Amino acid sequence: MGMIFSLVAVILLVAIAFMGAKLNLLGLFGVAIPYLAVLVFIAGFIRKVIKWGQSPVPFHIPTTCGQQKSLPWIKHSKLDNPSSTLGVIGRMALEVLLFRSLFRNLKTDMSDGRPVYGSNKWLWLGSLAFHVTFFVVFIRHLRFFMEPVPFWVNALDAVDGFLQVGVPHLQITGVVLLAAATYLLLRRIFNPQVKYISLPADYFPLFLIIGIAVSGILMRYFTKVDIVKVKVLTMGLATFHTTVPEGIGAMFFVHLFLISVLFAYFPFSKLMHLGGVFMSPTRNLPNNSRAVRHINPWNPKVHLHTYEEYEDEFREVMKSEGIPVEKE
Amino acid sequence: MADKLKPNDLLSRINYTPPLNKWMDTPVDWKKGYYCYGAKPKNLEYIGFPHGREWNVTDQDWKLAENWKDIFLEGMENLLKKFRSFRLFMDICVRCGACADKCHFFIGTGDPKNMPVLRAELLRSIYRRYFTVAGKLGKIAGARDLTEDVFKELWYYFYQCTECRRCSVFCPYGIDTAEITMMGRELINLLGCCTDWISGPLANCYRTGNHLGLQPHTIKSNFDYMLDDLEEHTGIRVEPTFNRKGAEILFVTPSADFFAEPGVFTCMGYLLLFHQLGLDYTWSTYASEGGNFGFFTSNEMMKRLNSKIYAEAKRLGVKWILGGECGHMWRVLHQYMDTMNGPADFLEEPVSPFTGTKFENAKSTKMVHITEFTADLIKHGKLKFDPKRNDNLTVTFHDSCNTSRGMGIFEEPRYIINTVVNNFHDMPDNTIREQTFCCGSGSGLNAGEIEELRMLGGLPRANAVKYVKEKNGVNMLSCICAIDRAVLPPLIDYWVGDVAVCGVHELVGNALIMDGEKERENNLRGEPLPGMEDRGEEE
Repeated sequence: MGMIFSLVAVILLVAIAFMGAKLNLLGLFGVAIPYLAVLVFIAGFIRKVIKWGQSPVPFHIPTTCGQQKSLPWIKHSKLDNPSSTLGVIGRMALEVLLFRSLFRNLKTDMSDGRPVYGSNKWLWLGSLAFHVTFFVVFIRHLRFFMEPVPFWVNALDAVDGFLQVGVPHLQITGVVLLAAATYLLLRRIFNPQVKYISLPADYFPLFLIIGIAVSGILMRYFTKVDIVKVKVLTMGLATFHTTVPEGIGAMFFVHLFLISVLFAYFPFSKLMHLGGVFMSPTRNLPNNSRAVRHINPWNPKVHLHTYEEYEDEFREVMKSEGIPVEKE
Repeated sequence: MADKLKPNDLLSRINYTPPLNKWMDTPVDWKKGYYCYGAKPKNLEYIGFPHGREWNVTDQDWKLAENWKDIFLEGMENLLKKFRSFRLFMDICVRCGACADKCHFFIGTGDPKNMPVLRAELLRSIYRRYFTVAGKLGKIAGARDLTEDVFKELWYYFYQCTECRRCSVFCPYGIDTAEITMMGRELINLLGCCTDWISGPLANCYRTGNHLGLQPHTIKSNFDYMLDDLEEHTGIRVEPTFNRKGAEILFVTPSADFFAEPGVFTCMGYLLLFHQLGLDYTWSTYASEGGNFGFFTSNEMMKRLNSKIYAEAKRLGVKWILGGECGHMWRVLHQYMDTMNGPADFLEEPVSPFTGTKFENAKSTKMVHITEFTADLIKHGKLKFDPKRNDNLTVTFHDSCNTSRGMGIFEEPRYIINTVVNNFHDMPDNTIREQTFCCGSGSGLNAGEIEELRMLGGLPRANAVKYVKEKNGVNMLSCICAIDRAVLPPLIDYWVGDVAVCGVHELVGNALIMDGEKERENNLRGEPLPGMEDRGEEE
């Protein structure tokens, strides 16, 4: 049900954009909505991060995934159980750039009445491919918002099109992005456990991103929108001198509208894991809580059962057992 | 339970395919053997907890306070403001499912709500409904109303989590279900719905200083039994002191270590080691508990129980504190104690009196783990061993959840074991160290009435033991946790058989060559040493 709901929602969004283009509401779909979406994204993102930041980290709770630093002759696992800030930076880099934790993934099965744990790297591979290509595609698109186009964007473009197939050159990241997003979607549909836990909020961003990738690929390789006019529009957005040239092609507005929806939806959704992963106290703290005192800003005052109360209750038996007491 | 259901019957029931209906529409199936008894009012009253009453988990009416919903939601808002972990973990889960089959309770029961992600969603759905804008849309936004049935469901599943953190190792954002379970249990305790098995030890510990409720004279007489046994085995009369001012070191261990087998054999190991060293140390009857059931209840209760350790160290005027073998005790000491009850500026930075080693990693809390202490002694050649005394044993090592994923103690115990034992084999890689499997009874779940759940939760651990038993002939499962020592024997008997359980310092005590000892004929359990089996008959 969640999947159908999300699919219908994205189809509706596509239809709205088509209608908008057909009705020539170009100012709305080409300027107003994208601006609004970016505004919501920035404000929402900041608000959420501030909200997280307002809750303190009362206890020092890293999840340790390797040997602690203790005696000098015991080999310390510096990245999986860091004891210093530098180690934490290394651990976070591995986590954010290479998905270290997902790389550990296993699959549990029952075999001959016994649980067995097999290596299972597909989720790691699929998500890494998805995130890396998404990032590259994002960077590549900077060429629409900068003039002259910086050399590193052009260089990335060239590397991405290294196959030199088709006109314009096929860019491998777009294809991989679409394939990886499709894998993540199929996983939700066909893996019974993942299907069971999936919410509409899990399907919706996948359909949305698949929609963005498909519309992008369509207009680059098939419906061929007027790229020069697109750049006029996007440069207008970037320089706050907005103009909307006629005759860009409806597919562009579908693409732009879906991206706008993604931006506006982002801060209110699970996509905020982008910001959240950096703030996770089980990953971003060094395991040094016995060497350096961690402060809890709201450390509560509590009732204690003092030694005096204890001795008052047990003084006689303590004395009879020869256990020293404070008051004879 | 064990009489009624054979292991194979339990195994054949495990099915990892979830049911067809949505989880929100699936009510709890209250299965006997899967839920604990409710807390008794007298225990809650003793520790000043609210809403104590006579109630029964299986009753339709839990006799919750009139305004229970407000209490719950206000409590939740309060926790969201106090714990970044809670707010963050409510927001950022993408439900990738990497954690799903990492939980021992899911592996053992196949109950989809034991997938860590879904255990968290039980509470996340409430969070969305009452604390997010989109949640007002209801089910389509993954939100649901807080009803009595929903509260009971939270209760059922937050007492089917041992806070072992295995899921957190695999989560790409480090979302820690232990943290979420802790928040859930804080809320449960606001409504007086603690379990009997947890609230009893809480009240005991608050009053007598230990979970078992042992009063000073009982502690003393328990030690006397151990000392008599030790004298018989070694010919040496060990004379520990209690509450002695001016000792250099305060030693704290779980009270289970001086209460019942096989924990007492570990304790006998400590006693022999400290005697041989001539360590200037004392036990305390006031701080006679290393463990902390407050950790399974609320952060305030954890602080109240934990406070006794520093208070006693200060009163006795010791220099630093040494801690025995225990799992959750060490998570609290390592990650919470200094924050809650520090700074320990009345103590000195710990230095081994025999090797001069400074324990730099404990310079702020001033509390050292016994395996760090002993490993350092061995490395510096301060102890002599006859590992042949352990030759009847083929040993494996169970990494306890808390010392593994809350500290990272892996090499210290293995170094000690490999010194005092000749035959050691680790279990398979995916079941040890940071990926270790829980005993199935941690976090206050070692209650008799949930034996079936505990057997199922312990299945992955037992299965790995079975593997090394069959492959390497392992007959001894060593560990550094008192709860493990209490619960692994019945678990292993149920699934594996013929593998005993011991603490690492029991093995140390067996192999330790002591000054002035007689020729040892028995190990600490009173069983004949290898090669001494006929000695009894000759005499």
